Amino acid sequence: MCATRIPVAGRDGLAVLDAEEIRRALTRIAHEILERTRGGDGVILLGIPTRGVPLARRLAARIGEFEGLDVPCGSLDVTMHRDDLRLHPARALGRTELPPGGVDGKTVVLVDDVLYSGRTVRAALDALNDLGRPRAVQLAVLVDRGHRELPIRADYVGKNLPTSQREVVHVLLTEVDGQDGVMIAGEGRQP
Amino acid sequence: MTDNAVTDDGSWLIKGVTIPGGEERTSILLGGGSITAIGPELDHRGARTLDAGGLIALPGLVDLHTHLREPGREDAETVETGTAAAALGGYTAVHAMANTDPVADTAGVVEQVWRLGRAAGHCDVQPVGAVTVGLNGARLAELGTMADSAARVRVFSDDGRCVSDPLLMRRALEYVKAFDGVIAQHAQDPRLTEGAQLNEGEMSARLGLAGWPAVAEEAVIARDCLLAAHVGSALHVCHVSTAGSVEIIRWAKSKGWRVTAEVTPHHLLLTDELAAGYDPVFKVNPPLRTEADVAELRRALADGTIDCVATDHAPHPVEAKETEWAEAAFGMTGLETALRVVQRAMVDTGLLDWAGVADRMSVWPARIGRLAGHGHPLVPGAPGHLTLYDPAAPAEAVTPAGASKSRNTPFAGMELPGRVVATFLRGVPAVLDGKLA
Amino acid sequence: MKRHLISAADLSRGDALLILDTAEELASLADRPIKKLPTLRGRTVVNLFYEDSTRTRISFEAAAKRLSADVINFSAKGSSVAKGESLKDTALTLEAMGADAVVIRHGASGAAHRLAGWVRGSVLNAGDGTHEHPTQALLDAFTIRRRLKGAGARDAGLDGLRVTIVGDVLHSRVARSNVLLLSTLGAEVTLAAPPTLLPLAVGSWPCAVSYDLDSELPKSDVVMMLRVQQERMTAAYFPSVREYSRRYGLDAARMARLPGPAIVMHPGPMNRGVEIAAEVADSVRSTIVEQVANGVTTRMAVLYLLLGGMEFPATGVAQ
Repeated sequence: MCATRIPVAGRDGLAVLDAEEIRRALTRIAHEILERTRGGDGVILLGIPTRGVPLARRLAARIGEFEGLDVPCGSLDVTMHRDDLRLHPARALGRTELPPGGVDGKTVVLVDDVLYSGRTVRAALDALNDLGRPRAVQLAVLVDRGHRELPIRADYVGKNLPTSQREVVHVLLTEVDGQDGVMIAGEGRQP
Repeated sequence: MTDNAVTDDGSWLIKGVTIPGGEERTSILLGGGSITAIGPELDHRGARTLDAGGLIALPGLVDLHTHLREPGREDAETVETGTAAAALGGYTAVHAMANTDPVADTAGVVEQVWRLGRAAGHCDVQPVGAVTVGLNGARLAELGTMADSAARVRVFSDDGRCVSDPLLMRRALEYVKAFDGVIAQHAQDPRLTEGAQLNEGEMSARLGLAGWPAVAEEAVIARDCLLAAHVGSALHVCHVSTAGSVEIIRWAKSKGWRVTAEVTPHHLLLTDELAAGYDPVFKVNPPLRTEADVAELRRALADGTIDCVATDHAPHPVEAKETEWAEAAFGMTGLETALRVVQRAMVDTGLLDWAGVADRMSVWPARIGRLAGHGHPLVPGAPGHLTLYDPAAPAEAVTPAGASKSRNTPFAGMELPGRVVATFLRGVPAVLDGKLA
Repeated sequence: MKRHLISAADLSRGDALLILDTAEELASLADRPIKKLPTLRGRTVVNLFYEDSTRTRISFEAAAKRLSADVINFSAKGSSVAKGESLKDTALTLEAMGADAVVIRHGASGAAHRLAGWVRGSVLNAGDGTHEHPTQALLDAFTIRRRLKGAGARDAGLDGLRVTIVGDVLHSRVARSNVLLLSTLGAEVTLAAPPTLLPLAVGSWPCAVSYDLDSELPKSDVVMMLRVQQERMTAAYFPSVREYSRRYGLDAARMARLPGPAIVMHPGPMNRGVEIAAEVADSVRSTIVEQVANGVTTRMAVLYLLLGGMEFPATGVAQ
């Protein structure tokens, strides 16, 4: 999902989160994870490619700063478990890299940039199921834009963003796009 | 186009036709089996009239190389359907090759084929006799008896197979001198072409098909020319397909040796690149070759090194061609499209005029085949065999469906110019307005 | 990617890298407790094998099953084909059974092309006569990349790697596919063989040619040995097995002259002692065993890319 042209706030849509706000949101989520998992006990972070992966790494880094705890981090590609494969040409696969301890008995926190219909997370749960049996699975997202089509909810949310289905949410991260920011593009969202 | 006169005496008046190399927009009167008169303002009460404005008249075409498949392979073609196809292609005489089942290696079989031709009545059938018994290449067939039979065989060929034994080829060349016969060789060294599928070259290497090297044809032709010269006999080379073969024939003719040669319409137009999709409709023996070969064959036909066009019409049933390449039969049909292909390859490219086509598709093949009644230029007194052709007919895509029982034409879907409008056999129409009369 | 995989020439560099990178992702599947993905659930893959080849058929079967596809095996022996049923009639039967993909191995060059004109699903050429064997070339390329560029290499071709293919190129579908694919991926390919076992037109292929194996060994990163059939001797391609082995066989002495990390490959089955010595086949340079595992992985990648997305638009009868 690489944009050939990185959308620019002001020209292509309305900025709703800037770099500073993203930083604060991730800090808050890191603290929340520590609170709700008894200090990060048995937690591993799995980012969903593409942008969930750098987000997971940033969260792991924050947790390491606050608690001196080394949280295992990895990625979980969900392409093969998607329910909409037949609607597009076959997609290239993202990387799946599990940390050395695996997922059995762990608290897996899935990390993604945007939560929308919930189908990506459903696919992630199926993929996770074939890899082992976690003790618990939680979900952290930078942006929740609503319009769920499945009974899925996030445990940790950076920002709730009401949107219409005709709008597009762009999340930009330095590791992928060279800058940090969240933008909404579409009708009615002029700067 | 035709209107009945008051009393129809069986004669025909063809008006407004152009004779290549002769009069333009003249009339030809056919009666009693012959051309009775040619001139601009002919009239004849009792003749049916054919308005031939814009058409050209060629002497009835003569094919030196046709496979009618009967007896034995009537699922592919019969004398009836094959000669109907020939007439639609403008042919008034075809030489029926001997690789039938049973093989035409006795007077009995050749006379049967000859009779079937007369009964069908679409064109004359001149049977070709086998050189060796059963085409086995081991023993001479009864060439003299076949020559003396009602079929009056003069051309002998094991076509389909090569007479590869040099001693046997020598004997055959010598033997036929007694009755002015000619041996027509299918030049293909069997050892160099075991399992061969396609011309040996870039295409065969890419497609993983066993190659049929040009040298397997050229080496045999060279040997046979030397043999024919040595014993003072006549050699005819069937379906020449390579530039190298042309060079050898040119050399042999320059020595004054009695060598003649034919080329098929498909070898004047198609190359081995067509095999890319593995469609066996393009599988033929000898195989389609390269652009360079096609160019040299055209030049050779134009300058007379190759004497004539012969179709090698080789019908096959659907199941023999709708299969993997290696399993498929070799051969293409060709009678119905021959003249149009020659127009495309030779006339429309400026290499040959229609007078030249008349020589190469009627006069000279008849001479090589020693067919006395055919191949006469169109003059009063000549036999009434003629073909009316429209070179300006709009180019139309070839459909596989035709009079032939078989559908294996490599030109399917290809746009070819021209149209055979009428064919007259001994002054009687076999084809009128492009349909069997 | 196109609907069918019939020739290695069907693959652009981008297509080939996509297959290799996808295979890279799927490689870890073999280490998981559940070696299955749901991606091709409900799809039917037919293995249409006219030639006996247990290994290749099992490889395709494992690949399809690991993607949850249904597999139907159709082997020529003792079937309607043995009773003379034509390829076309068999194809129509498979169509009627709703095959989404047909994997065909056949003794006639061009059989996969013909089949593609008669079925609506995808056709995967598992070896047609002496024409091509594209998935073999893909697993060979994958093996080379893993060994010489590291497991986990992604978006990387084989640029600058020197591959020498040795043996009966004339009759080898593996050689044809490899010459095409390896050069598409940027490798420098050299064919080493006696002149009788090289096609006359090999000069037009994207590779170099040598009649002298020994001069090529010190500059080869990969040596790929092809199987030599004893029947070629009676057809006068070479005078004796002994002479062939002496001039073109890879023995321990020749292997010792290979540069440091160079690897030895063989598509199998091997003629131990003819084209390859036993100690070479069993040496650490040999990739013969991992080629088998890589075969399943690359075939999974191909099946996923052909069948995992939306159906290809109908293109009519292939020509």
